[in-house]
Amino acid sequence: MASDVGDRIPILKLGDALLVTIQVDMHDRLALALEDDLTNRIVQTSAKGVLIDISALEIVDSFIGRTLASIAQIARVLDAETVVVGMRPAVAITLVELGLSLPGVRTALNAERGMALIRTHRADELDADPDGDAA
Amino acid sequence: MATPRSTLQIRTSEDIVRVRQEVRARAIEAGLGLVDQTKIVTAASELARNTLEYGRGGEARLEMLQDHGRRGLRIVFEDRGPGIPDIDQALRDGFTTGKGMGLGLGGARRLCNEFNIVSAPGEGTRITIARWK
Repeated sequence: MASDVGDRIPILKLGDALLVTIQVDMHDRLALALEDDLTNRIVQTSAKGVLIDISALEIVDSFIGRTLASIAQIARVLDAETVVVGMRPAVAITLVELGLSLPGVRTALNAERGMALIRTHRADELDADPDGDAA
Repeated sequence: MATPRSTLQIRTSEDIVRVRQEVRARAIEAGLGLVDQTKIVTAASELARNTLEYGRGGEARLEMLQDHGRRGLRIVFEDRGPGIPDIDQALRDGFTTGKGMGLGLGGARRLCNEFNIVSAPGEGTRITIARWK
């Protein structure tokens, strides 16, 4: 078998952000496992940002798109900002024609810009609440 | 003229990945450009998932097309599931009876040059798509 339930997409911690690079053609259960794993890791690590690199993905269909949107929404509820980076041009064209707009998902052209977005988001938060103790 | 190439069973979510990979290989063989490859692979992924989720499994048949020097790729998705009672409604964006966003059918149609559905309640569904170079 090419894959089994034990397969997981690795999640790296970088400062207060989590970093995921999707390097395989994900089947649906693997995408759902990633959503679960990321949710748990956000809580465990108190991560403030999630960077998902999809530059290796040759397609994003409605299931993968929905999973990305769902991850972004869950992360937001857990006070973390998600940025999806590295979408290929052909994938972007196809997504739009498919009718998928990735609601609530922030995107950046590459990982560097994505990390900058996460840092900006974090800095804005700290400005608004310098002690970090307000509700 | 169509040359039958391969038939893939669709029983699990891993099979959807196999359909994507086979369609990609055939689309390259048919000479489709990168954007067209991406469109037909994405359409095939949507339809393979429909075959699995709504049709309770089925198969995908891939055919290479030749017409006066033009090349293309056709894929037929067939299941013996419950069928689609109202095809017009099923093609509308946002319509879903399942857990999806309802973009599968309408979205797949937009990504192909040819799109055809034959379905009867209780007998199953056959969806044919093609993309030409």
